[in-house]
Amino acid sequence: MHVIENGNVAAALGVKLCRAGVIAAYPITPQTPVTEKLSEYVESGELQAQYIPVESEHSALAVCIAASSAGARVFTATSANGLLYKHEQVQWAAGARLPIVMAVVNRAVGAPWNVWNDQQDSISQRDTGWIQIYCADHQQILDSVIKAYWLAEKASLPIMVCYDGYILSHTYMPFDLPEQEKVDAFLPPYRPDYALDPDQPANLNTVTLPDVRMDVRGELAHGYMEIRCLLHEDMRKFLQTVAEAEERFSRIFGRSENPYLEPYRCDDADHIAVGLGSITYQLRVCVDALRSEGVKVGVMGVRLYRPFPDRAIAEALKGKKRVMVFEKALSYGYEGALYSDLKSALYEHLAGTGSLPAVQNFIAGIGGRDIRTQELTDALRFAAQGHTAPEPVWIGLKL
Amino acid sequence: MGTRNYRRKTSHSEPGAGDGGRTGSWRVERPVLNPELCIPCKRNKEACFICWLFCPEVVISRTIPPQIDLTYCKGCGICAEECPTKAITMMDEALFSAKAKE
Amino acid sequence: MQVKTNILNLPTEEFVHSGTRACAGCGLAIAYRVGLKAFGKDTILIVPPSCLTVLQGLFPIASTKLPCLNVTFASTAAAATGILAALKVNRKEHIRVAAWAGDGGTSDIGLQALSGAAERGDHFVYLCYDNEGYMNTGVQRSGTTPLGAITANTPFKGKLQPKKDVAAIMAAHKLSYVAACSAAYPLDLYDKIRRCMDLPGVKYLHIHVPCPPGWGYDPRYGIKIGRLAVETGYYDLHEIINGEFRLTAASEKLLEKRKLVPVREYFRAQSRFKLLTDAQIEEIQKHIDAKWEGYYKKED
Repeated sequence: MHVIENGNVAAALGVKLCRAGVIAAYPITPQTPVTEKLSEYVESGELQAQYIPVESEHSALAVCIAASSAGARVFTATSANGLLYKHEQVQWAAGARLPIVMAVVNRAVGAPWNVWNDQQDSISQRDTGWIQIYCADHQQILDSVIKAYWLAEKASLPIMVCYDGYILSHTYMPFDLPEQEKVDAFLPPYRPDYALDPDQPANLNTVTLPDVRMDVRGELAHGYMEIRCLLHEDMRKFLQTVAEAEERFSRIFGRSENPYLEPYRCDDADHIAVGLGSITYQLRVCVDALRSEGVKVGVMGVRLYRPFPDRAIAEALKGKKRVMVFEKALSYGYEGALYSDLKSALYEHLAGTGSLPAVQNFIAGIGGRDIRTQELTDALRFAAQGHTAPEPVWIGLKL
Repeated sequence: MGTRNYRRKTSHSEPGAGDGGRTGSWRVERPVLNPELCIPCKRNKEACFICWLFCPEVVISRTIPPQIDLTYCKGCGICAEECPTKAITMMDEALFSAKAKE
Repeated sequence: MQVKTNILNLPTEEFVHSGTRACAGCGLAIAYRVGLKAFGKDTILIVPPSCLTVLQGLFPIASTKLPCLNVTFASTAAAATGILAALKVNRKEHIRVAAWAGDGGTSDIGLQALSGAAERGDHFVYLCYDNEGYMNTGVQRSGTTPLGAITANTPFKGKLQPKKDVAAIMAAHKLSYVAACSAAYPLDLYDKIRRCMDLPGVKYLHIHVPCPPGWGYDPRYGIKIGRLAVETGYYDLHEIINGEFRLTAASEKLLEKRKLVPVREYFRAQSRFKLLTDAQIEEIQKHIDAKWEGYYKKED
C-alpha cells in the first residue's frame, strides 16, 4: 500500500517489517525519530522486540554486537559524532562477522558542532569492513533496510544503510509499503551458524595470534591475517550476492533496481555527474537544464559504496569524455573519497584502452551548506566545457 | 597447506587445556606431598582438601592422596603455604631433573 | 539462615582447564575457578580486555568451558544487556549472564556502561576482580589502586589519590545486591554468588584479588596477603542488600573479636607499598580504627 512518510519513518517501517528482535536506541539529531518511532511500535505491541535505551552510542553497538552473537536480529541508528563514538565497535562488528543492520542518517562531524547534512560520518567509516548502501529516496531507504537484513545474514557482514539527514530523514515522500507476508517470504527468521550456547561452549573474538595455530581438534586454525583476509574476500564476493538479493526481491515484491548504480540519461551522454545519495536527484534537474542547452550530460548515483563496484563503474563510464564527482565529504589532506575510489577503478580497468575519461572533483554541502541547483548546473556546464582544476572545487564556498 | 578450509571465519575458540603450553616448564620449585602429614590420607576419608580449593591452576585432584599434575603445575607454592599440616613442601625443580639424569 | 558452603560440599565440577597463561599464583585464577562453580553450566560470560582475557586463552584454544564473549574495554555491562535481550527474544531466559571485568575495566573505562545497565535494571551478575591496577598491560595505576602504591606509571611517588570505592558507587544505584568479596575467601565468594544470582537487576560483586607481580610478593603468600587485607580491617567483606550494609564472613568475625591486625603488616608484605612512610601508615591505621569504631558502635 502507498504511504506518505518521512525518511526516518521509512527506515523504522523497514525494521518493523523485518521483525528485528533487539533494538538499541540512543538519541542524536537527525536520527532520533527512527528510534522514537520504533519505541512506539514496541510499546504498542506492533513489534515484538527488546527495546534497549542505552546510555551511550558506544553501548548501542555493544548491545547489538552481543545480542547478535547470541542469535538475535538487531538494529540501531546513528549519525555523525554518534557514529564516530562507536567507531571502535564498528570495526569490531566487521571482524566479528555479525549481520548487524544500522541506519546512518548522514550528518556533519565535529569539530565544530554541526547538525546538518553532509556525508563525512559514514564516509569516514569506509575502511572498516561494513557494507555501505546509499539511498536517494524513501523507497530506497525502506527497500534497502529489508534487503540489508537478508544480505547481512547471508554474507555474515554488517551493513550501513545511509541517507541524508534532513533532506531525506525529515522530508515526506510517497512510497510503497509492502505487506508483512511478503517481507516474511523474503526474509526468513535469523538462523546463525553459531550463537553463544552453553551446550556448545566457545570463546568468541579473543586474542588472535599473528600466525596460524593448531586448535583443540588438531586442525590448523587461522591467524589474524587469514580472518581479516576472509572479511575482505567476502566483501568482494558480496558484489555478486547483492545481485542475488535483487533477483529474490524482484520475485517477491515485483520491483527491482540496479544494486550498484542508478543512472539517469547516461546512455548517450558525453559527460556524467556522479554522486552518493540525494544530491544525485538534485543533479537530475541540472542534467535536464543542460540537455536543453544541448550539453549531453547524465547523472549516475552510486548505490553500493562498499564493496566498491569498481567494474560496474568503469563499464558505465568507459569512453565518456568527462566525469564530474560531486561529494559531501572528503579525505582531508587529499581529495574526495568517492573521487579517489572512482579514479582508481577507472585506471584499474581502462588505463591504456583509450577510453579513460577526464575527471573533476566537486565538494558541496559540507556542514549542510545549501546546494543551489543553479550553482550545480554552472559547475557541471563549466566542467563539460573542458575547464578543470587540479584540486577539488568547493561549490558555494564563501571564503 | 593453509587454513582456507577451516570451519570458522572468526576468532572462535573451543575449550581445551594447555593454552599456555606445558606450563609445568615455568616451575623453579615443585610441590611434593607427604601423605603421612596429609589429613585426608591419615584419616582415609574426605577431609581438608585446602590444597585442592586454592590451586589457581586446577592441577591438584580432590583425591586421597591429592595428586598434582606436573604437566601444568606452575610451582606457585600456594598449596604448600596453605596446607594446615605442612604436608606439601616446595622443592627445587633442579633436584628432579638431576635425578632424571642419574 | 545463611548457607555457608564448606570445602567438602563445594561442587567438584571444574569449569576451567589447566595450563593457562595466568601468572603462577594468580589470585584471579582462584576467584574465577570457584566463582564459575557457583554459576554452573547454563551461563554466558562476558569479558573485556583484562588479565582474564589472557587467562581465558588465545584463539583457537579456550581455557573456560563456558560460552564467552570477548568485548571492547568500555562495553562489558552493555554487552551483558545485549546478551540478555537476545536470550529473552529466543526464550532462553534460564541461561544466566555473568560479566567478569577487572578494576580498570570497571571503575575507569567501564563505569559508564555499568551505571547504565544498573539503572536499566538488567538481570545479570557483574563481578569486578580488583587486583588494584591495570595488571594485564604491566601494572599501571587505576581508579582502585590504593594510595601510595608504586605502579609502572606512579614509579617514584606512588599513587597520590585514594582508592575509588566502586561498591559504594554501585550501592547508590539502589541495586538489589552489592557485595565485597576476596579471592582469599573463595567459599564466601561462592556463597555470595549463589545468594544473589537470581535477584532482580544488576548484582555487583567486588572481589579483592592479590596479584604477585603487581603487588610485589612471593606468589606462595597470595592467600595470606588477601587474608591480611581483611584481618587488618583494611578491606571489609560485606553485603549491601536493599541499602542495608552488613559485614560478612571473616570481617563479621572481627566484630566479635574486636582486634585488628596492625595494617602495617599488610603494607610491609608487599613491595608496592615501600614508599609508604611510617607516618602515612599511622594515618591509615587511624582511619581504619575510626571506621571500625563506627562498626562496633552500630553493632552495640
